[in-house]
Formats: sequence, C-alpha cells, structure tokens
Amino acid sequence: MTERRRQPLYLDNHATTPVDPRVRDAMMPYFNEIFGNPHSGSHAFGWEAAEAVEMAREQIAAMIGADTDEIIFTSGATEANNLAIKGVARFYAEKKNHIITCATEHMCVLDSCFQLESEGFKVTYLPVEPDGLLDLDKLRDAITDQTLLVSIMTVQNEIGTIQPMAEIGAICKEHNVFLHSDAAQAVGKIPLDVKEMQIDLMSITAHKIYGPMGVGALYVTKKPRVLLEPLFSGGGQEKGLRSGTLPPPLCVGFGKALEIAAQEMPAEAKRLGRMRDLLIDRLTDELDGIHINGTMEHRVPGNLNISIERADAESLMAALPDLAMSSGSACTSASEDSSHVLKSIGLPNELAEASLRIGLGRFNEEADAVYAVNRLIEEIRNVRADRHDIAAAEQSERVGK
Amino acid sequence: MTAYLDYNATAPVRAEVAEAVSKALALGGNASSVHSRGREARRVVEEAREKVAALVGASPAEVIFTGSGTEANNLALSGASAGRVAVSAVEHDSVLRVAPNGIRLGVDADGRVNLTELESFLSDDGTALISVMAANNETGVMQPIQEAAALLQSHDALLHVDAVQAAGKIDISRDQMDADLMTLSAHKLGGPQGVGALIIRDGMDLEPLVKGGGQERSRRAGTENVAGIAGFGVAAELALNELDQMDRIAALRDRLEIEINKIAPDTRVLGAAGPRLANTSCLTMPGVSAESQVMSLDLAGVMVSAGSACSSGKVTTSHVLTAMGLSEAEANTAIRISLGWASVKEDVDAFLNAWGELYRRTRKQELEASAA
Repeated sequence: MTERRRQPLYLDNHATTPVDPRVRDAMMPYFNEIFGNPHSGSHAFGWEAAEAVEMAREQIAAMIGADTDEIIFTSGATEANNLAIKGVARFYAEKKNHIITCATEHMCVLDSCFQLESEGFKVTYLPVEPDGLLDLDKLRDAITDQTLLVSIMTVQNEIGTIQPMAEIGAICKEHNVFLHSDAAQAVGKIPLDVKEMQIDLMSITAHKIYGPMGVGALYVTKKPRVLLEPLFSGGGQEKGLRSGTLPPPLCVGFGKALEIAAQEMPAEAKRLGRMRDLLIDRLTDELDGIHINGTMEHRVPGNLNISIERADAESLMAALPDLAMSSGSACTSASEDSSHVLKSIGLPNELAEASLRIGLGRFNEEADAVYAVNRLIEEIRNVRADRHDIAAAEQSERVGK
Repeated sequence: MTAYLDYNATAPVRAEVAEAVSKALALGGNASSVHSRGREARRVVEEAREKVAALVGASPAEVIFTGSGTEANNLALSGASAGRVAVSAVEHDSVLRVAPNGIRLGVDADGRVNLTELESFLSDDGTALISVMAANNETGVMQPIQEAAALLQSHDALLHVDAVQAAGKIDISRDQMDADLMTLSAHKLGGPQGVGALIIRDGMDLEPLVKGGGQERSRRAGTENVAGIAGFGVAAELALNELDQMDRIAALRDRLEIEINKIAPDTRVLGAAGPRLANTSCLTMPGVSAESQVMSLDLAGVMVSAGSACSSGKVTTSHVLTAMGLSEAEANTAIRISLGWASVKEDVDAFLNAWGELYRRTRKQELEASAA
C-alpha cells in the first residue's frame, strides 16, 4: 500500500492554478509601495501605476499575437465572456439576431446565450462529436445571413480538447461572421495567434496560468472593428468598454504570468504530456473499464478526464482526500447535476457520473504522477470490491428470501 | 519627500492587508472546488464576508462581492429594476451613466440633496429606485441618508447608497443609514484594488450583470478573487475598529483649511457649511486652473487631484461642483485634497508650502502685470 501524503496533492489545475512565486514577487511591490490609482492623471503615483498596467497589457498582447490597444482588462474570463457575447449581440441587435455556440461551452457562455434568447436572439447550440470536437460541416450549415457571432471555446475545461480554431476562423471570415473564443484554458498552454486564427474576440484569465484570481482580459480586434455595448458604465476606463478602477497588482501579475508562460510553454507542455501519459498508461494497463473522455490527439497536455466503470466518482473522491481532483468543473462541482459536457459527447449517465478530471500543472512533479496513479489504482480497486461485496450481499439476501 | 494626499482616488494598502493578500495568494485553490484546497479558499472568502458585513451591520448572506465599486453601482441600478429612477446630481459617474434617463435630484450650494424634490418624486405613482451617495468623492459632503430613508418609508421605493467614500470614515451601519442596497470598494479603505461589494437587503430580487457559474448566490458569476476578498475583509475590519482615527485626520484637515485661509483669504472651501467627511477638502485658488495647481504641486512632490481620478485624464468641468452652483470658471480652479490612515502633519505642511508658494507667485505676477 502507498503511504498517504499528509498534504493533499493538487491535481486540479483546470479549476485554478497556484500562483507562481515569481508572479507573486512581481505583484507585491504594487500592494506595498506603488499603490497609485492608474487613472490618477495628476501625479507621479498615478503614472507609475498606469505604466505598470500598460507594461502588463503589452505582455498579454504579445502572448496571443494581438496589439496592445486590443486588450481590455476585466475581472476574469467569466466577465470577458459575458462582455463579448452580450456586448456584441446588443450592439448589433438591429442588424443581425443569430448566434452560434456549442453545447460544451462553459456555463458563463451558455448562460449569456440563454439571457440573449430571452432578449429575442436566436441561438444555435451545436453538438459535438464523441471525441469532443465540432463537425465543421455542421457549423457551416448553421450559419445564415442573420448570423452575427460564433462563440467556440479553444480548449474545453473538463476534457481538455482543442477545437480547430484556425479552421473555424476561416469559416467565419468566409461568411462575414464575428468569432469569439473562450480561451481561458488555452492561453499559455498551447500557442495562440489571434491574427492567424482569425479570431475577433478572445477571453482569457490569469488564474488558470499561475497568475492571480480577479483579473482577465478580452481581446477585441481593431480590424475589422468590432463594437460592443459595455456591461458596466462609469468612469469610462478601458476605452469605455469596462469602467472601474483597474487593479495594477493584478494586471502586473497577469502580465508576468504570461511572460513566464511564453518562455516555458514548450518544455512544460512536454513534461506535462509525459506525466499525463504515465497516468493513462498505468491506469489502462492495470485496470479494465477505464474510458478516456475526449480525443487524445487534440488535447492540452495537462488534462486527463476518465470515466471508471463500476465505480462512482463520489465514493472515489471520498476515498482519495489526499488527491485534490474534481468531477466536472469547479464552478458547478457543488451542484448535483452531472456534467453537461460529458453528456454532450454521448456518455451514458452511469459513466458521466463516474468521471474524474485530473489537471496536471507546473508544480506537479513526476513523483506526484506516480503517487497519484498508485493511489488511484488502489482506491478504484477498493471501491469496485466494496461495490462487488454489496452487490453479492444483496444477491444472497434476495436468494435467501 | 513626497506627500500623498489623494486617498479618495485610492488609499495605500495597509500592511495587514498586504500580508493577508500575500498569504491568500500562496494558498491557491478555487473557492468552488469541493476538495480541501477549495474548502480552505472558501473559508477565507466567508471569513472576509463576515468582516465586510460587520462594517455595515448586515448579515454575511447580504454581501455580494464584485470586481469594483463601479460594478456594484451598475449591478444595483440595473439589477434592481424598480421602474422609475431618481439619483442625486452629484453621484459618481458609475451611477449617473447607468441611469441616463433617471430624474436628477438637485443639491444646494453646500452639495446636499434637495429632499423636497425627492418627496415630490416619490409622490408620483409606481415603484421607484433612489440612489443617493453617503458622501461625495470630490467634496466629502455627506448626504442626509436617514432623512431620505424616512421619506421612502411610506412608498414602494428602494434606496441605494453608494458608500464607497464614506466607508471607513463614518459609521455606515444600518442604524445610521437604512439602505436597501449599498456599494463598497476595498481600495478606498486601505484594501486592494479589484474588489468591491454590493450589500443587498436579504431576500431582494436582483438581476445579475455577469452570469454563469452560480457564484455569489448567482448574483455575480466568476471565480472569486480569493486574495482580493481576503484583503477586503482585513481592511473592513481595520476600518471599523479604527473609526476614531478620524478625529486625528479631522484635526489635520481642519488645520490645513485654517492655514490656507490665512495664506489666501479669497479661497473657497467647497461644501464647508454642510457636514463633510473629515478627510476631504475641496478648495479653489481663484484665477489658477486646477490643472496648473496639480502640476505645480506634483513637481513639489505633493499628490492631490483635480476632480475625481476616473475623469482626471480628461479636462472636463466637475458635474459635482456645477450642481452646487459654481460657474464653470470657478469649478475649474478647484482641487481635491484627501487624507487617510497614513497621513501625517508633514504631508499637510508640504501641501501648504507648495500651494502657498504657487499662490504667492501668481499673485505677485498679477501685481506686476497690473503695475506694468
């Protein structure tokens, strides 16, 4: 038996990532010494804060191939997604009224679309194939002359699958439709270039890439110009698209996190991929009835999502307090519903409820992967044995009666 | 040597706050995750919620964390759809811009809202939402919130109070201002930037601005800014415990105004007759634009502002001062000095020296010009 860790091993890097100490070091001076309001135009403290914000904006723009003035800071990807989808739809409501998105989007994209439906928009929710990817012919077929916006996430937050954004971009351009992508799980993990991919709006966030919570950004292309109705009004910051005092320490942390990611992504991707493969190989070698959810071919390296036959996720999670993982996404993990994503790829309820999401990250080491897989195999066997015992007991009881 | 006197734009982060933020940043964990790391983050968020609730005498469940005071104001005004809207003419832009069609309630020469106008607005039929700020960001003038709340009693109306500037400077608990909705911001009271709160009365319906994910009881979606919220909690606790510090700050501010009056008897302290926050002074230097005053002060290392920070990038006349009856020309000569927890006598001295020198220089130039 594996000796248990006292501190749980963090394997939930899709929910949030630990803040990189280098990021924290970059942020702290902006709490302790340079505390100005970046919108104070009248004195040095304000200018210093503003300079730090603009430097971060450059680092962020560079990471996704955007221009600096195409980056709008928000409080996170949820706000950026709300701003992009509702903002574009409401601005162009008089001209076009159709939006296309996908069944496996994050809840904040789907909820924004539900809200727009109640405001009179038509929304098409494209299905995905069993591998988690879109059938591009279905996208083409769904586009009409009323279609204003297509919103497709770059990397799925539960199963890690990567949509072919450049091809989707080309289709949208061909039909003169705006393309938005929720890239919260993609930025810093796979190369992104908004110009090459022809993406008009992209939502990103800091806390999924070892930056702080509470800050994200929306990329809004200048060419073609996309206009948005803001979610909040007030002081007119961020070109009027997002009023409110910007938080320089958080912006600085976001910029630093992406600067580090830009340098370390290739090596990190390889390392995480190796660890992920180790997990899968041992799980499937040593156990039967392990299903991998979503394509392995187009997937971020740190993600593994499996369904386990004859074992429910709840019992497994309870048996594995030393592994911090999730079943489903963090935002909905408190709710009882099984994952809308796993249902969308065609999983039967029983397997959808027996799924685990493992998110490997920068601060996991190979020894962690070994520990995790040993413990997983142990407890899956235990849970299955318990279940078998219960079933056998019930069987004999029935026979006895 | 620098003297920071722009606390109403943002206050320096308190050491205790920075420490709490730093600790929370090291913690990691998404507060919605069910594993131990997530539960730890949740505990941090809920402890902070209790502290913020205590600052206003609300229950923790009535606190909705947002990304800023601006967002909270927007959420209050567009979320609590209550038919007719009236806002005071001196509100922050984040209230005025959300209610472009709302009735503007005028203020008197001291910046206090006209309650007769409020009464007559309320006498019309239909549900209504009233937004009156607890204290103004440019002048520090405090509004008669309790009187306004009393007028609302017999009507189907909700009261929103933007308490961003008042929090930590006066008692904003429910006994003092009985609001249905109240806006707070962390960074004005020594907390971190990037976090605010809307306090709502228990059981109130509110349409969210940001949807998806179900955080904050589905009132405001998005992964909670755990570190920012932790810092907000500590700042709220300190502010509540140290309200009596305001006597010290009042003494500094009062001395500043007395000395200014000695240097320049022709200056005007705006809103001086009304009750004001003890930390704020908005004053004019006749004939000298606010822009040149703040530039000259900045060269001397003294940081103040011309109007509010949000609009200080643009050269526009303050809507607050014109609502108080100032001419555009006079309003454009007003600067704001705002003190806070770390302000000391030396800061005030530095201001008085720099401002006094500018005043004497310009008066001398005027004299020379008229003599020539």
